[in-house]
Amino acid sequence: MLRYALNRLVSLGLSLIVASLVIFLVVEVAPGDPASFMLGINAQPDTVAALQAELGLDVPKWQRYLTWVGGMLTGDFGTSYTYRTPVSEMVADRLWISLPLALYALALSTALAFPAALYAASRRGRPGDMAVMGATQLGIAVPNFWFAMLLVLLFAINLGWFSAGGFPGWDDPLAAMKALTLPAIALALPQAAILARVMRSALIDIMAEDFMRTARAKGLTRSQTLWRHGVRNALIPVLTIIGLQFSFLLAGAIIIEQVFFLPGLGRLIFQAISQRDLIVVESVVMLLVFAVILVTFLTDLAYAAVDPRLRRRA
Amino acid sequence: MMRRLAPGAALSAVFVIAALLSFLWTPYAVDGMAIANRLQPPSAAHLLGTDHFGRDILSMIMVGARTSIAVALVAVGIGMGLGVPLGLAAAARHGGLLDELIMRGNDLVFAFPSLVIAILITAIAGPSAVNAIIAIGIFNVPVFARLTRGAALALWSRDFILAAQVAGKGRARISLEHILPNVTNLLIVQGTIQFSLGILAEAALSYVGLGAQPPIPSWGRMLADAQTMVAMAPHVALMPGLAIVLTVLGLNLLGDGLRDALDPKLGEGRA
Repeated sequence: MLRYALNRLVSLGLSLIVASLVIFLVVEVAPGDPASFMLGINAQPDTVAALQAELGLDVPKWQRYLTWVGGMLTGDFGTSYTYRTPVSEMVADRLWISLPLALYALALSTALAFPAALYAASRRGRPGDMAVMGATQLGIAVPNFWFAMLLVLLFAINLGWFSAGGFPGWDDPLAAMKALTLPAIALALPQAAILARVMRSALIDIMAEDFMRTARAKGLTRSQTLWRHGVRNALIPVLTIIGLQFSFLLAGAIIIEQVFFLPGLGRLIFQAISQRDLIVVESVVMLLVFAVILVTFLTDLAYAAVDPRLRRRA
Repeated sequence: MMRRLAPGAALSAVFVIAALLSFLWTPYAVDGMAIANRLQPPSAAHLLGTDHFGRDILSMIMVGARTSIAVALVAVGIGMGLGVPLGLAAAARHGGLLDELIMRGNDLVFAFPSLVIAILITAIAGPSAVNAIIAIGIFNVPVFARLTRGAALALWSRDFILAAQVAGKGRARISLEHILPNVTNLLIVQGTIQFSLGILAEAALSYVGLGAQPPIPSWGRMLADAQTMVAMAPHVALMPGLAIVLTVLGLNLLGDGLRDALDPKLGEGRA
């Protein structure tokens, strides 16, 4: 297990190094110098040069890369070109919206998918199963931002149960959770559809196993067998999918935040892009990629802890 | 099997035909603004109503289908064009340095949240349909590489491949003449799925303003434009969204149906 963990850790480190290089290069080849952009077209060359020096843009690219990566490692993400505030502070503020939103959606998606999958698997081939499968087929096809607009139309505009957008802050946790509810539902639905399909498949595979027949033979009912032996075994592939979904939810949050005018990482990144605030773009993207690589790493470890065969294969 | 294939094929066909037809004819010109007619609900004159500039929504959806299909199709082409050769090469040199490099590269691309990088690419290189294609296409490459490699690896241990080796064929030739034809079915099925994902991705990118730019109509941007008018004229937001849902649903059903038809080993009723 230790060897497997070390192996994955090295892989994690390498992925992060390559990812940081790719992000840095992609952002650096972008046309337009932030200093001239900020000062406008009538700026004097010496003013531009002075601002470049102030922003640390006058040193060679490799040096800037090292400064950026070194800073990230110590929690210093640099200073925003536009707002002149530390990027880490801006990110921390926004993260308190995007992260709870992604987790809320993950919880909703799991809460929706599990019962649906159990129900469908226990009624395989019957009308109940077909109804669930049909619903998931539809859920996968619905763009989450459009679904979000429909939710706003129904629950905010017509029924008035929720606000159509904005975020009241965490001072009032209940109001904050309420503001995140519609966005979380919009994010969760397509993911719940995928999760339900994967889990149903996994359950159906498990149900064909000998130990399930044995459980039935010793007198357990169909649903008892499913609960006690089926779900536990089906969880292994399902956990992997849940891990993968985290990245979809984080990325999806960026789009959904636009629908609900939530001041999260998504809005930060779009603002930064339009203002050519490269350091913010780089740092936010790197943070998102780091989150995904870390979750993949943890899922790998959890998977290996559950299934010893994987450790040997590594 | 036909239960999913037929409706899937029919739905997909409707949108392909609408897109092709739009080159020759649309009910109204998509650049024809008639402010007096703005936000009309669906009627006999405008089957799906009009938008905030008085443009006919049906015509916009038909031309928008062109954008969606073109972007998703080329993105699948990029994914297949690069991914399949990479997957074949990795399988042919299984366990070698090339295999390792290709698979590690794949893992890396998979580690990036695709939408985030698509946003990054289109934002840096400028929003346009071409950049959206590239951004979506890049993420199709590892999907096809991984699929091809997995299927090809299983084939390399088969007797008929051994026979081809004994006959003196090289790895590249075996890959092309024997492996590739045997993975084509899988590629078609995956291609359909990636095509539908491409349509969703294109819609998301144009929704945030990073896809096709005005005046080219696109479904995602129609939705973005509709967002502020959803309370006054819900149809403006409903229609393009339904177009996306039906197209993606059709393609997914088509993919499932094709998988059942091409691979009888997978029984009915599996996900």
